[in-house]
Amino acid sequence: MHNKSVAELSRELESGQVSSVELTQEFLDRIKREDSKYNSFITVTEEQALADARVADDQRAAGNATPWTGIPFAHKDIFCTNGVRTTCGSKMLENFVPPYDATVTANFRQAGAVCLGKTNMDEFAMGSSNENSYFGAVTNPWGLSEGNKRVPGGSSGGSAAAVAARLIPAATATDTGGSIRQPAALCGVTGLKPTYGRVSRYGMIAFASSLDQGGTMARTAEDNALMLNVMAGFDPKDSTSIDREVPDYTATLNEPLKGLRIGLPREYFSDQLSPAMEQQVRNAVKEYEKLGATVKEVSLPNAKLAIAAYYVIAPAEASANLSRFDGVRYGYRCEDPKDLMDLYTRSRAEGFGEEVKRRILVGTYALSAGYFDAYYLKAQKVRRLIQQDFINAFKEVDVLMSPTTPSPAFIQGEKTSDPVTMYLEDVFTIAINLAGVPAMSVPAGFVDGLPVGLQIIGDYFSEARLLNAAHQFQQVTDWHQREPQ
Amino acid sequence: MQWDIVIGLEIHVQLATKTKIFSGSSTSYGAEPNTQANAVDLAMPGTLPVPNEQAFRYAVMFGLAVNAQIERRSVFERKNYFYPDLPKGYQTTQLERPIVGPGFVDIDLPNGETKRVRIHHAHLEEDAGKSLHEDFHGMTGVDLNRAGTPLIEVVTEPDMNNAEEAVAFAKKLHSIVTSLGICDGDMSQGSMRFDVNISLKPKGSDTLGTRTETKNLNSFRFMEQAIAHEVERQMDVLEDGGSIVQETRLYNGDRDESRSMRTKEEANDYRYFPCPDLLPVEIDDSFIEEARNSLPELPDARKVRFMDHYGLNDYDASLLSGDSKLATFFEEAASQGKDAKLVANWIQGEFSARLNAEEKSVADSPISGAQLGDLVVRIADNTISSAGAKKVFEALWSGENDSVDAIIDAKGLKQVSDTGALEAMVDEVLAGMPDQVAQYQNEEDPKKRKKMLGGFMGPLMKASKGQGNPKLFNEILVRKLGG
Repeated sequence: MHNKSVAELSRELESGQVSSVELTQEFLDRIKREDSKYNSFITVTEEQALADARVADDQRAAGNATPWTGIPFAHKDIFCTNGVRTTCGSKMLENFVPPYDATVTANFRQAGAVCLGKTNMDEFAMGSSNENSYFGAVTNPWGLSEGNKRVPGGSSGGSAAAVAARLIPAATATDTGGSIRQPAALCGVTGLKPTYGRVSRYGMIAFASSLDQGGTMARTAEDNALMLNVMAGFDPKDSTSIDREVPDYTATLNEPLKGLRIGLPREYFSDQLSPAMEQQVRNAVKEYEKLGATVKEVSLPNAKLAIAAYYVIAPAEASANLSRFDGVRYGYRCEDPKDLMDLYTRSRAEGFGEEVKRRILVGTYALSAGYFDAYYLKAQKVRRLIQQDFINAFKEVDVLMSPTTPSPAFIQGEKTSDPVTMYLEDVFTIAINLAGVPAMSVPAGFVDGLPVGLQIIGDYFSEARLLNAAHQFQQVTDWHQREPQ
Repeated sequence: MQWDIVIGLEIHVQLATKTKIFSGSSTSYGAEPNTQANAVDLAMPGTLPVPNEQAFRYAVMFGLAVNAQIERRSVFERKNYFYPDLPKGYQTTQLERPIVGPGFVDIDLPNGETKRVRIHHAHLEEDAGKSLHEDFHGMTGVDLNRAGTPLIEVVTEPDMNNAEEAVAFAKKLHSIVTSLGICDGDMSQGSMRFDVNISLKPKGSDTLGTRTETKNLNSFRFMEQAIAHEVERQMDVLEDGGSIVQETRLYNGDRDESRSMRTKEEANDYRYFPCPDLLPVEIDDSFIEEARNSLPELPDARKVRFMDHYGLNDYDASLLSGDSKLATFFEEAASQGKDAKLVANWIQGEFSARLNAEEKSVADSPISGAQLGDLVVRIADNTISSAGAKKVFEALWSGENDSVDAIIDAKGLKQVSDTGALEAMVDEVLAGMPDQVAQYQNEEDPKKRKKMLGGFMGPLMKASKGQGNPKLFNEILVRKLGG
């Protein structure tokens, strides 16, 4: 049962072959039994999940079911859940219980889905290896051997590991610079970062507001489509969400790909990419050619500036977004502050981890008087150029394809001492966030027994086309069905 | 040494929207602490601001009223600093691209001249909460009811040269925003707060001196005092050969003292940058036209109308048109009869004196405009004397009765104006005072004669039980006594 997709489980619930309570119990048991190996959950809400499952079964019996009614899933612990602790991977919010739901949370609740818990993540979504969580590192289910634990990627490493290990069929995730696609690639699952503004950010704890976007993670493209059907849409509570019709993303999954124009950005097939990785990606592109697609090389001339621009803009926004964690109203407060300044400095010094503090410092510096023009303004100009690169590329082709990451999952601890090397993990994903376009990572092969992700990038609001392309690929390949031992 | 005083103002105007600028919480004043603060106001994780359209409409109305350019695209920025009453750790405000561009306001000076004060810009922003330092035993209480209340901050050019001009400008601005209905104007509740920038320069010099900013003055009187105080302080420093430190100062109106709050060196680096949670605000022509069409009559136009329509002089028209509530009161009163000048006199005399004595505003007046108008009608048509009118006013004020005519009847204040009856009384009184009559008739000095006439009025009023029309008595007396 745990190997089935959301679409399959939904059909079984509908036909009465299984109940939501049974399904929920099975996945809860798996989490209990297996997750000590991965540490992919921060919080498991067993009682609430079983209660919700009973309600879902009643709803189905009463004929009021959506495709999600009774389906177990999990939320990345960045989405606020009314009455359930929401930590964002931080000591700062270790005991924070929001009195409200994120819009994404509310949408899944409305659809009748059963949330089993909150998945682990890099603190405040800052990281590419899930080693920055206050609740401990997450281990990739792939390449697991004694003394050889690999990272699942980050920041949505908990969601990716849980889906890969079949602890849950689907999980929400967020992506600011690659935080859905990179862990999806490293864990061999399918993930989608939608167009900026497609999914409401209300109740999704902010890292960098102009880049953050909630998205989907599951094993199949079809399940991603089912998730996006629930998540996408305008939200009056988020001024940056876009009021635009939401299609049924499952309706176009089976469109033929004949004539699909694929562009391969030359900058993303550089020498940063290992030959073995490149081979897997090129093989995947060949599958598309067999499906009737045409392929040409294109250029994103400013892509090489993306990491530099990102590491100004994202920390600048984060430095302000994280100011609210001041020990005054909620969250961690230091013991016996002697005055206000002591309360602020110690609460923040003790409550935030190293990487978060590093980025707050970088961002504060970039916005400081005398540096603003040289850093923040210049980075915004670069961002505009990068955006224009994508707009130009999509005049020539329908989608862009590239590797999601330069290399497969690395060993825990390997890059923790050098933040800049860690930042290069996102070299192929980060420009997409700066441009605001949607992109997916789809399992596309293995190198040394570790999954390789194919990144498919689309024009604004082309999620349906991306899902269609990914789904068709998954009809002729089985990389997404491989199970870690 | 002679000095020129240079003053510029920054005025925070709380907008009278029902809800906050970025959340649905109520903005009403005086609720229990923290009962009007929702998850957005508390800056709970993941919450986001949603702009309140009404705040933009009010800002545009203000811009139009001060002859300013309305910016088609304005941008909210984050002003970063830590303080417990600032939940997000930044204030959402506008800096580079404010919604209201340059404009101006003309003010009337006491010497009858008009002066133009230029507006540099006005921007929209959110108010902070309140830190309460008393009653918490060495701790600080935080009340976030006010956090997120919409403000426009109006910044003038340094165009004022003394406290009178600054106060005249402040009053004019108060009059504009209350007339527009975009601010309740209640300064005691902080609805308008003034920051005053002051510098001195040697008389005639072109170079501005170093300025100080005195913050958070919440009455016209304190503002006037604070300016006088700061001008004197700077003059003392400069004349002792010292120099002014650029700093922010706090003024204590009760003690007439000020102290430095922070110097320029201690000032925060606010690290402004565009707020990524809010898109740039685009304002189109139709929004501006709608706002323009919704503008009520403004004080300047009202003043001209009061002069044209009611025949008031410049002074009266200016006074009565400034406060929209007072203007409405005047018009209600004046519409009852024809003597607008007499209405104006009563409003500025008895009525204002009584309001001031009881520290009431026009809105709290127990007398309506229409009632005062009825009273003035009865004075103008000689039904009552001015002494009687004061008694009627008292009765109206105390709520004894709400009808002017009923009070006149009940108190027997109606004057006797029947000339036949009055003549008979005069004849009778004069017959009883032959010595005084002779004395009067022998007196040649017209001034003394006039004074002696008064001697007959007392007995006449007594004979008429106080109801004889004094003007008519006087006329008859003069005639009967022979010039």
